[in-house]
Amino acid sequence: MGLLAFFVIAALALVGALGLVLSHNSVHSALFLVANLFCVALLYLSLNADFLAVVQVIVYAGAIMVLFIFVITLLNPSQEETPSQLVGQGWVAGILAVALMLEIGGVILSGVFGVIKTTSVPPPVNWGDNVHAVGTLLYTQFLFPFEVTSILLLVALVGATVLAKRRL
Amino acid sequence: MLAPLPNYLILSALLFTIGVFGFLYRKNPLVMFMSIELMLNAANLTFVSFARYLGSLSGQVTVFFVMTIAAAEVVVGLGIIVSIFRARADIDVDDVHLLKD
Amino acid sequence: MVSNVWLVLLFPLVGFFWCVLFGRLWPRLSGWIAALMVGLSFASAVSVLFGILALPADDRLRVGELYQWISSGTVSIPLNVFVDPLASVMIVVVTGVAFLIHLYAIGYMKGDPGFGRFFAYMNLFVFSMLVLVLGGNFLLLMIGWAGVGLCSYLLISFWFEKPEAAAAGVKAFVVNAIGDAGLILAASLILLTFKSLDYVTVFRVAKTTVTVGGGEITAITLLLLVAAVAKSAQLPLYVWLPDAMAGPTPVSALIHAATMVTAGVYLIARAAPLFTLAPFTMSVIAWIGAITALFAATIGLVKPNIKRVLAYSTVSQLGYMFLAVGVGAFGAGIFHLMTHAFFKALLFLGAGAVIHELAGEEDMRHMGGLAKKMPWTYATFLIASLAISGFPLLSGFYSKDEIISLAFTSPRGGAVLGIIALLTAGLTAVYIFRVVFVTFHGKSRVDPHLSEHVHDPGPLMVVPLVVLAVAAALGGYVQFPGEGFVNFLQPTFSSFGVAPVVEHGLNAGISAASIVLSLGGILLAYLIWGRSTVTAENLGKSFAPIRTVLLNDYGIDALYGMTVVALAKGLGRFFSGIFDAVVLNGIIDGLAGLVRGISVMFGKLETGYVRSYAVAVLAGAILIVAYMARGGL
Repeated sequence: MGLLAFFVIAALALVGALGLVLSHNSVHSALFLVANLFCVALLYLSLNADFLAVVQVIVYAGAIMVLFIFVITLLNPSQEETPSQLVGQGWVAGILAVALMLEIGGVILSGVFGVIKTTSVPPPVNWGDNVHAVGTLLYTQFLFPFEVTSILLLVALVGATVLAKRRL
Repeated sequence: MLAPLPNYLILSALLFTIGVFGFLYRKNPLVMFMSIELMLNAANLTFVSFARYLGSLSGQVTVFFVMTIAAAEVVVGLGIIVSIFRARADIDVDDVHLLKD
Repeated sequence: MVSNVWLVLLFPLVGFFWCVLFGRLWPRLSGWIAALMVGLSFASAVSVLFGILALPADDRLRVGELYQWISSGTVSIPLNVFVDPLASVMIVVVTGVAFLIHLYAIGYMKGDPGFGRFFAYMNLFVFSMLVLVLGGNFLLLMIGWAGVGLCSYLLISFWFEKPEAAAAGVKAFVVNAIGDAGLILAASLILLTFKSLDYVTVFRVAKTTVTVGGGEITAITLLLLVAAVAKSAQLPLYVWLPDAMAGPTPVSALIHAATMVTAGVYLIARAAPLFTLAPFTMSVIAWIGAITALFAATIGLVKPNIKRVLAYSTVSQLGYMFLAVGVGAFGAGIFHLMTHAFFKALLFLGAGAVIHELAGEEDMRHMGGLAKKMPWTYATFLIASLAISGFPLLSGFYSKDEIISLAFTSPRGGAVLGIIALLTAGLTAVYIFRVVFVTFHGKSRVDPHLSEHVHDPGPLMVVPLVVLAVAAALGGYVQFPGEGFVNFLQPTFSSFGVAPVVEHGLNAGISAASIVLSLGGILLAYLIWGRSTVTAENLGKSFAPIRTVLLNDYGIDALYGMTVVALAKGLGRFFSGIFDAVVLNGIIDGLAGLVRGISVMFGKLETGYVRSYAVAVLAGAILIVAYMARGGL
């Protein structure tokens, strides 16, 4: 039952990813990505990452993708793509992507980095209140990265403001 | 967990590969950027899967940070794209080749 | 006191530095200081000699070390001195004659713009010669050797604005370079064979390390011989010495008569323990010496330039010394070296006085009748000429006679060598008295303007002449008191377990023959040149072809010019024109072009397209992951 659910959600996620890549309309691509993000959020839920699932939906799908759609509509929204100037880029991309997939798949399935080829589902885990747990970790063990990240956000804020001005 | 660990890992590998292909294949800079987000997402999925499998919350905290960074990156990246392509008629990343030898 | 030997070395070095620093500022003072330094060096050398004499006869070697210079692995080469009878005699002769010549030169070089520079070079020369003589190992010998070669070059081309002087300097340097090469090779072989360059070590183990007459020792000694032949101007490397007369006359006297050119003989004498182990080389030495002596004497009969005649005379007398050491008579060779230093220096200084008075005239055809005008010069020159001819009771008689006798009687000698020596003795008398008669006797052929003012030079130049004349006259008598000169030198040649050398065989019959020949030679010269020039001219016409051959050095210079020099010039042209321009430049340009090509190739990678860069990154990433996972896959 769980496995079936997994495959359905996975299929939807893949459809979203392929749609993003193959769609000619950039707005459609953005919407496909939103679908993909939503599916991934569901997967997070299945992995007992409640907090992250919600953050994914709110921040990623809710804020970042909205920003993307703003910019897309700002810069000529429904434009068709002209053929590529680089000869053979498509073929090269395809071959390399397939190679990458085979490689990673091989690594995972062969167990070379200690990835165990389990076929069973691990027993359920009890982390208690996920938000509480993650928050505790953030403010104790990961306090320093947390603070640095806030500075980084400040930097990004300033940078975006400067970039957006027409005249400095 | 709904499925054994390798399933999740293969899924995120597939998502990552699709993102790579999208980045190399598309010319629209915004679509390329979105492919990057797809790649980041796939990596996040891997982290969370392992966090659940190994029973350690550190993986989730890492994902938290990745998302934050991704947000900041999108902000700045879009700002750059806007400033480069603002005045052009068509947006094609191949037009920006001033660093050509 | 033997420890004064360091002072002997120090004084000329100080003089050199003084002249370098202040020679231009205070030339006259520097000249006197240079002379004073050499004089002090002479005084120290005399004290060293007496110090050695005071030691018991079988213990006359003293080695003193300044400091450990090279110490690498098993080879250690200190800065040391090796003082034995031979060295002590040499330094007395070198510094004594040098002192007199320095005094003379203060007068001779007066007014020359390079006065200070001259004395700097002269002092440096004395220092280098002393290093050569006193050095305690073959490396120091080489340093001294190179040093005297350098000073010779600097002093020959002292008046470097004159093209013939510059050319002569280069010629001397190049020919001596052949000798230097031989010396370096010999030293390397010595180091390889005996594992040391130190005299004491090498000589001690010489007899037990190599087979007598074997390949190793013959090679070493032949290479040393090459060096000696170059420096002492023997056949076939004598060609630089006649041209070296382009230098100032005091230089010719000091370097090319009394001291530097004797370095070759000194080398053979010093390395006697090695040479006596190589009979083949010894014969080569004797024959080279004999043939060179005869060869040079014949040329001296016809040359018109007074200094050139004396140069060939030097070559000839050095041949005598080579002959002596070649037949094993090392002591006799050094004895002749000493007496030769006295009378040859005197001859040159006298000639220099004449040239100086005649404002640079060196051609004897423009001289004549100077005896009355320059009595002191004439008298001292005459004494020197008598000495070199082997006139009885003068120094040359004793030393030459030793050599001729031993040429006949020594086991390594022989009748042919002895006859050549005798013949050359006769020719020596002829050519030197030719100079005497043509220059000082007869009708004056001097330019009338000059002729009025010709007189003896000032005391600064005359006193050294007189002192040398006394030495030339009485120098032979060191052989007699007490042990005798030659016996005094014996330990140098017969210690270190080497077989003692035959010495001191004065044979009455041979002495009589040589006296007859020398007197006969003087008479012959008188008959040809003494009375009038008519006889000489007639003889010249009758023997014209022989005369031409002799005048042209038997064609040797021309031969060298056609072969060696032409070859060298051709090689030079090839290397500079073709090899350098085409090959080397081609290689460098080719390399540069290659680098440029590669960088252009890599430049094509920078397309400017983001997506191409992304492809490259991805490809690299795939490869890296594949490499990292290679174990498990």
